[in-house]
Amino acid sequence: MRDAWTDEGPVDSRRAILEAVRAAAPPAAPLPEIGRFARPTADPVGEFAKALEAVAGVPVRVEDERALRAAIDGLASRLGAKRVVCEVSAAAPGDVRLADLPDAHDLEGVDLAVLPGTLGVLENGAIWVPTDGLRHRAVFVVAQHLALVLPAAALVSDMHEAYEHIRFEGRGFGTFIAGPSKTADIEQALVIGAHGARSCTVFLVGAAATPRE
Amino acid sequence: MSAAPPTEVEQAGRAGHAERAAAFVANGPRAHWHDEALWWVRAKRDRAAGTIPEWEALRDLAARIRAHVRSNLADYLEQFERNAIARGAQVHWARDAAEHDAIVHRILSSHGVRLVAKSKSMLTEECGLNPYLEARGVEVVDTDLGERIVQLARQPPSHIVFPAIHFKKEEIGDLFHEKIGTPRGLSDPTALTEAARQHLRRKFMTADAGITGVNFAIAETGGVVVCTNEGNADLGASLPRLHVACMGIEKIVPRLEDLAVFLRLLARSATGQPITVFTSHFHGPIDGGELHVVIVDNGRSRLLADPSHRSALSCIRCGACMNTCPVYRRSGGHSYSAVTPGPIGILLTAARSPSANPSLPLASSLCGSCDDVCPVKIDLHSQILELRQRLARAGVAPLGKRLAMQLASRVLRSRALYEAAGRMLRAMLRSAPRGLVENRWNAWSRQRALPPAPAESFRDAYRRRLDGRGARRVDGRGPRG
Repeated sequence: MRDAWTDEGPVDSRRAILEAVRAAAPPAAPLPEIGRFARPTADPVGEFAKALEAVAGVPVRVEDERALRAAIDGLASRLGAKRVVCEVSAAAPGDVRLADLPDAHDLEGVDLAVLPGTLGVLENGAIWVPTDGLRHRAVFVVAQHLALVLPAAALVSDMHEAYEHIRFEGRGFGTFIAGPSKTADIEQALVIGAHGARSCTVFLVGAAATPRE
Repeated sequence: MSAAPPTEVEQAGRAGHAERAAAFVANGPRAHWHDEALWWVRAKRDRAAGTIPEWEALRDLAARIRAHVRSNLADYLEQFERNAIARGAQVHWARDAAEHDAIVHRILSSHGVRLVAKSKSMLTEECGLNPYLEARGVEVVDTDLGERIVQLARQPPSHIVFPAIHFKKEEIGDLFHEKIGTPRGLSDPTALTEAARQHLRRKFMTADAGITGVNFAIAETGGVVVCTNEGNADLGASLPRLHVACMGIEKIVPRLEDLAVFLRLLARSATGQPITVFTSHFHGPIDGGELHVVIVDNGRSRLLADPSHRSALSCIRCGACMNTCPVYRRSGGHSYSAVTPGPIGILLTAARSPSANPSLPLASSLCGSCDDVCPVKIDLHSQILELRQRLARAGVAPLGKRLAMQLASRVLRSRALYEAAGRMLRAMLRSAPRGLVENRWNAWSRQRALPPAPAESFRDAYRRRLDGRGARRVDGRGPRG
């Protein structure tokens, strides 16, 4: 006979697990300080572009917001994208407004999603995309192609530095995106475009931050 | 204790790893191909690790963070639960696989779920969730490409990162032709992946719920992190209104900043990538949806209580120890007959239930390569040796092996016996007819010829050198400089 159930499961399981874990706990071991590993770089944008290309992303430098609009239009037409979601206020509005879609499943058929990123990581080409502000966070993975817009000044050296800038408020959702979706599950052959985006273009806008010490 | 009939695992255990591996190595070219494929991944891992000057410092930090979490695990679990609930998640606790499966089923059935899109989770494999749900009328679609392949083939995964590593592309073509209607004879990985994408996109669009594993659970924020390359976890967790995330109690990290350490190690160790394509942080459900986190013990607290093996709970499931293991590479994942194969699988399986699969600790050359690549510094090979000793003490080893070990123990403890035995064996190897030395009872001579025995032992050679050069030059080369 099992314990009585609540909606959370058997009522005694929580207590039983915590008791067992407490009884089994090894002697105290301190939580280490992680420290910093960042190295100075003279060319953050160039380094980031290299890292992004290594994960099959496409870096594009644009000077300002006007150039960004033109670059996104160019990308959409090159991809033959008919349904475009654009959540970057500085760019053209796109054809599909997320707020107009009652359900995330209506995203199926979106050809290109243009989303804002807030951080780019030099060591791995990943871009932090906080999607809690989006009506449908699924957009970044349902769209056939992805374009991320990132201020060129928002580059950090490594993941340690990235997490210094990341905070979650309320129901926070965010994801590091490093290039297009991919798989190597069939004989280790790399195939781009597994379930998510088939391509990932990153627009780096404006000037890079002045190199740090 | 009642005399329960042997479980399936115990039955499989009787056959033994060596016997199961024999079937795999019988196909020489296939076994060689498998070996090479994994060694290639190992080489990619080395290149990726080599680009990070602080790699060893990161491994050390990861091991220390994990050790700290173990010493405060109950507090961290409570903190995680508190914060997860504050973010709008619902938290469930399961002592064992049966409770886990029942909880997940209750959540699904209360929402009338018929179709679930599941992303990779070794925990749900361990708990046998798929057959449990299928028996209750819920269709479960594994959405990771490799997992979908083995699911369609009705096989267990043979690797925790590359579930279908044992399949040839032509076989996948045949499988897809039969199961998802691709044209006959398709074997191009790009075309096969595209076919799977279309097939699974339809499943994603009709799934009523998503089930994911959890790579890391953050105590200070109450969030869970899921890493994939394909994006399948994100589709499953963001399209349907219901997301169920299943995690073992060991997945906790204290702080957001700890993630940096583990994420820098994980993908580089697993595939040689600098990071997975998607590293998603979930705090609470989508608008109007529900996020359920199921926290599972299933033997982990018992492992935690075992000082010799508790560090196995540090594992971040990168699979590096499999890719580098000479035994895994040449025997295939299925030969372990365990949820997790390879060196870490030996620890997790045997430490949890030593008698269930007694041949597993023998599936190791004890070369220690696994220790060298483990990103969280688990002393895998020492622990495998310790498991062998436990099994020997329990008398699980076959009689022949026990007698041989007793004999070896006598000989190795006596210098005179050891030297005499060496002289005798060398003489015998030189003069005895081949058939007497290399026969079917001598496992060492199977599939290879023994090298010629040297005329003298190292000891004899060393003595001779010392006599010729003076007693102090112990390294045989004389003093330097």
